[in-house]
Amino acid sequence: MSRTSIGRDIPDSAGDLGKLSPFAGAWARAEGVSAPRKLLSAGRPTKVLSGIDEAVRRSGLESGMTVSFHHHFREGDFVVNLVLDAIARAGIRDLTLAPSSLTSVHAPLVAHCRSGVIRRICTSGLRGKLADEISRGLLEEAVLIHSHGGRARALREGSISVDVAFLGAPACDAYGNACGSSGKSACGSLGYARVDARYAKSVIVLTDCIADYPALPASIGQELVDWVVPMDAVGDPKGIGIGATRISRDPRELLIARKALAAIDATGAIRDGFSFQTGTGGASLAVIRYLRELMLARGIKATFCLGGITSQVARMLEEGLVGTILDVQSFDADAARSMAVNPRHIEIDAVTYADPGCPGAAVNMLDFVVLSALEVDMDFNVNVITGSDGVIRGASGGHSDTAAGAALSVVVAPLVRARTATLVDRVETIVTPGESVDILVTDRGTAVNPRRPDVSAALKAAGVEVRDIGELRELARSITGDADPVEYGKRVVALVEYRDGTIIDAIREVK
Amino acid sequence: MIATLRRTMLFAPGNNPALIKDPQIYGPDSIIFDLEDSVSPAEKDAARLLVFCAMKSLDYGRIEKAVRVNGMDTPWIRDDVEAMVRAGADLIRLPKAECARDLVALEAMVEAAEVACGRPVGEVRLMAALEGPLAVLNAYEIATSTRRLVGIALSAEDFVTSMKTSRSADGVELFEARGRIVLAARAAGVMAIDTVFTDLSDEEGLLREARLIKQMGFDGKSVINPAQIPIVNGVFEPTADEVRKARRVVAAAAEAEARGVGVISLDGKMIDKPIVERAARVLDLARASGAKVGEEER
Repeated sequence: MSRTSIGRDIPDSAGDLGKLSPFAGAWARAEGVSAPRKLLSAGRPTKVLSGIDEAVRRSGLESGMTVSFHHHFREGDFVVNLVLDAIARAGIRDLTLAPSSLTSVHAPLVAHCRSGVIRRICTSGLRGKLADEISRGLLEEAVLIHSHGGRARALREGSISVDVAFLGAPACDAYGNACGSSGKSACGSLGYARVDARYAKSVIVLTDCIADYPALPASIGQELVDWVVPMDAVGDPKGIGIGATRISRDPRELLIARKALAAIDATGAIRDGFSFQTGTGGASLAVIRYLRELMLARGIKATFCLGGITSQVARMLEEGLVGTILDVQSFDADAARSMAVNPRHIEIDAVTYADPGCPGAAVNMLDFVVLSALEVDMDFNVNVITGSDGVIRGASGGHSDTAAGAALSVVVAPLVRARTATLVDRVETIVTPGESVDILVTDRGTAVNPRRPDVSAALKAAGVEVRDIGELRELARSITGDADPVEYGKRVVALVEYRDGTIIDAIREVK
Repeated sequence: MIATLRRTMLFAPGNNPALIKDPQIYGPDSIIFDLEDSVSPAEKDAARLLVFCAMKSLDYGRIEKAVRVNGMDTPWIRDDVEAMVRAGADLIRLPKAECARDLVALEAMVEAAEVACGRPVGEVRLMAALEGPLAVLNAYEIATSTRRLVGIALSAEDFVTSMKTSRSADGVELFEARGRIVLAARAAGVMAIDTVFTDLSDEEGLLREARLIKQMGFDGKSVINPAQIPIVNGVFEPTADEVRKARRVVAAAAEAEARGVGVISLDGKMIDKPIVERAARVLDLARASGAKVGEEER
């Protein structure tokens, strides 16, 4: 027998329950911000800290650990640079930096790599000065490039184990309910960050708008958040995305978009109740314009649209042309607004979006996806990460996830960009394997992967001209000639991870 | 390649490599390499050389290669004609044509160039752009000036300035000029090509204008941006119903001819020759729009 703090005798153990713990007081085991009773005037519990420095201190972050961030603020992000500065001030070093992606605003990280604060990086993408420096051997250890679905898998499985997630939010209440679609820095979906919040050991939300409790429905709920840090601004709205994404006026991109839509339509994929995703590159975004016109003319509707969401798709939801939007990332302010007001504009996390190991990735429900490319080769392999000079300048993103998941994957690109061929003998870096790419649409013709004779037959039957990819390659060669090969060093500066965790290619340093 | 249809004639500035390298991908019926208004005097030589090299070395497929040369009163016209005929141009479009004499003089230059470079005499066709009131009044004289001439085109910007007016949405200021040009072209048996639509952001306005000029009887329109091509070509694309009717008319005519019957009848009605001609043109336009018309009716 043992006695509780209130004086009742209870047995020491009981059958399957085993050893029993006697009650020791209402707050005896209270942790964190749960507190003994106090006067109402003392206020409700709060997770709000004084600033980033305090957050770094209280997070338990130590040298050698892994920190993560999200890229929903895109080119407007202030969070990553400010937090890394605070971490450096705290004398913490040798970190693994595992954000969902990095953009050109993160050039200041070069200094933190040089000084040893950052030892290793895992990310979907790299651009600008940081990417240039990494391509020239900035870090001893190779950067790991993963897809959005691959990163979600890695976090879920624990192959990337995040110690502290620093997650910027456009609005958050004092108890940690964070929301992406309100506040002055509204970015819409926090789909990538939701995975970090779920799997990181410690979660810190940084916000420039402390909302009234309860700020629900929340992108990230209070049950996942340890601390809340107020900031003057989490990002620059100009870089996050203002207003509506404009559809290209470039006649070449419009031409490619029309050809792409004709090819997709020839397969029968555009019928009442279909589903789709398009990338945000010029030509792939322009497909939406012509798709909308076609749907209006035929009087058909799509059940859902997935992905990075723009104002164009939000408008189609309002018009009733799209039944539901599944939004892992919103690309402009209109899309963010749509999520705030339209109940059929649904925020999903990156696991639900594209995790190849989970039993319910939405990419598997796609009828077709339209994707951009930096380079495509004769086997339909696609490069979206390195330029023709071998320097890192892009992001893996959801490219390989959607290509693998969708019933039909269409890659759109001009055959030649300026003086460089897009269709090449061998891409500099493989991100998406050719076996998951069905159609290549260029301004000079459309080619179908020989693995898809059904698609080829459907296009020919519909009168869509199909050209052999070798013939298109020769046309490109006749315009640009053969490029001198990029001179690489021996050192591997980045590894490209396929969505399933295998390594699909290695990027070497450029001389 | 001499075009049989000229729904869209796309201007490509002769001094802009990016715009002259592959305009054929947008599917205009003709490309007009421009050596005139889009090229400043200091760049005339460079543009002429660039277009010459482009035509010599690039494959524009089955699309008509036209060149807008500089006017008859400029110091560049002789070199333009000499170089463009040599480069393989299919058609020379003369700006600011005022009277038949301009075309006769141009024809002499073209013929000399053909002889000099060994091209068959008469191979290069001509088109005249009418840009002033006198030119419009002389439309028929110009349209019948030489057998090389395949069409006359309206150029509205200079025209409205001469007329002391400006362009408007409904184009009332151009009605007389358009009417005279299409009338003269039809009387002379050549094509009538309408002027460019310059507001690239106004797709609705372009669509309205294209419908108007098609209804007036024009064969097509000059365009300044590739994005305008599908809009204008779309206006000239016959409807499925028009194609169906045209096929029946052409089939009935073929059947009557096969049976040696002079009078063609369809559904109990007599069909005149003009109706057969119009039906054949509908099928031509349908084919150009990518429709499968079937060759058995021809």
